[in-house]
Amino acid sequence: MLTLAANFPDGSGYVLAAYLVFAALLLVYLGITAYRLLGLEKRLTKLTEEVDGLERQRAHDATASEHEEEVKLS
Amino acid sequence: MTAAGPRPPRTTPTRTAVAALLRKELLLERRVPQVLPAMALFSVVTFVVFRFALDTTSVEGRTASGVLWVTLLFAAMLGAGRLFVADHEEGGIDALLLAPVDRTALLIAKAITFVAFLALVEVVAVPVFVVLLLEPGLSIADVGRLALVLLLADIGIAVIGTLFGALAIQTRARDLILPLMALPLLVPVVIMAAKATAPVLAVTGSGAPGGRYLAVLCLYDLVFGLLAYAVFDFLLDD
Amino acid sequence: MYSAKLRTLALATVITLTGAFVLAAYYAPIEADQGFSQKIFYVHVPMAIVALGGFVWGGIQGLLYLRTRDPKHDMRSYVAIHMSVILGIGVLVTGGIWARSAWGVWFEWREATLVSFLIVFLLYCTYQPLRFSITDPEKQSRYAAVFAVTAGTFVPLNFIAVRLANPFIHPRVLNNTTGGALPTDMKIPFYLALIGMTLLFVTLSRVEMTHKLTRGRVRGLERRLERLQGESDPAGLPARSAAPQVMA
Repeated sequence: MLTLAANFPDGSGYVLAAYLVFAALLLVYLGITAYRLLGLEKRLTKLTEEVDGLERQRAHDATASEHEEEVKLS
Repeated sequence: MTAAGPRPPRTTPTRTAVAALLRKELLLERRVPQVLPAMALFSVVTFVVFRFALDTTSVEGRTASGVLWVTLLFAAMLGAGRLFVADHEEGGIDALLLAPVDRTALLIAKAITFVAFLALVEVVAVPVFVVLLLEPGLSIADVGRLALVLLLADIGIAVIGTLFGALAIQTRARDLILPLMALPLLVPVVIMAAKATAPVLAVTGSGAPGGRYLAVLCLYDLVFGLLAYAVFDFLLDD
Repeated sequence: MYSAKLRTLALATVITLTGAFVLAAYYAPIEADQGFSQKIFYVHVPMAIVALGGFVWGGIQGLLYLRTRDPKHDMRSYVAIHMSVILGIGVLVTGGIWARSAWGVWFEWREATLVSFLIVFLLYCTYQPLRFSITDPEKQSRYAAVFAVTAGTFVPLNFIAVRLANPFIHPRVLNNTTGGALPTDMKIPFYLALIGMTLLFVTLSRVEMTHKLTRGRVRGLERRLERLQGESDPAGLPARSAAPQVMA
């Protein structure tokens, strides 16, 4: 692009600017998409943690009740 | 007694429903004049604003046409915003949905009401405009030409105003969103109407409005009239 | 499920668009009338055509939604209009740059295509605010579809009206695209760029839809988990917990 600009000085700045606008638009879109993906990832991490917590609690509850049953039986 | 038909016998014909709805609208406006005085007053105030904003005591030709159409269009936006307010607040639409009538009767009645309102406003606003601002004055032939353009433009404005008035009434930001949607949609109407009106209001020998502008206005009215007829049903809740 | 298709699409987009722009830079001849700045044509015009096509496509999908009430069509209509508005910003900015280089002004009111595009763009700018101002999701889809259908019809009609408004003062390259008077060595990069831009539109639409669907699923999972936690929460609903039931 730069060599082109040197070869055709008339109006090449405008051409470069127009294509840069297109590139910038794509980049901004990409950036927003990446940002939203980050938010989604955060929510998924929180979800995973909550599921882990739930599972741990269930396991704990189950062992506790088993223990209680054992106490009752004995 | 022709009960042997596929359609239920107790359906009111659309024409009767439209007539009844029209009577209701006009009665409402006659009992408690709300929309019409506001639209007319707004038009006159806008002419005064234009006199000072343009810093001129008289206009002609294209400027005159522009002043007239901007004023009428914004007055129409004012009216379109109020078109469904009473029905929405008093439950008139629900009552209509319960009645055994075709729903598009409401669209037709509202659009005719709106055209009538616009025409009545213009009956006040155009003479005021001629007296206050228009330089050349209007001959009888000019009045006829202007009336034709006004009528064609009014139909387009009324169709869009009714359709988007019904759409905007359900939104939270109805007064904000209606002109934002309707004004770009009405730009072709303004283009054609202003183009057609400019020679009529010109100081140097008034001319007839260009036929193709009127033709496009007709096309616009037809296309959006049919479209509104097709999609209006979906704007009413079941 | 989406990823394989998306990867192919994205790859095709990158190859086609890059190829088209390289061809536009090195293969396409310098236009005699406008010189080098005519090269803006290869990014501006495809973008405009795809954006307008996207608006009309959004209207068609809106119509399909009204007929079938399938949320899929509402989603497609929404995404098409969303992407077209984004492309529309690019069209207006590149158009302004082109007008500046060719005629010395940032906006040319006598250029009917540019003016029509501005009007259409302004109209579609209200699509998002409209959706946001309707709370009920079903109603939102329905009303947005009505808007999309009306605005989609408006696009061609508006072009006729604006074209009639003024006689042509600048019958430049833009008119050649429809007349087919473009020389072959300009046609090839142009149509390639058009295909590339369409592919870009499709790719980004897919990305957008995938994102929306994924977000919906995450939201659904969050709600389900909340319900589960509510059930197992001993302070909230003690009787439903597993351990006390065994005790009883």
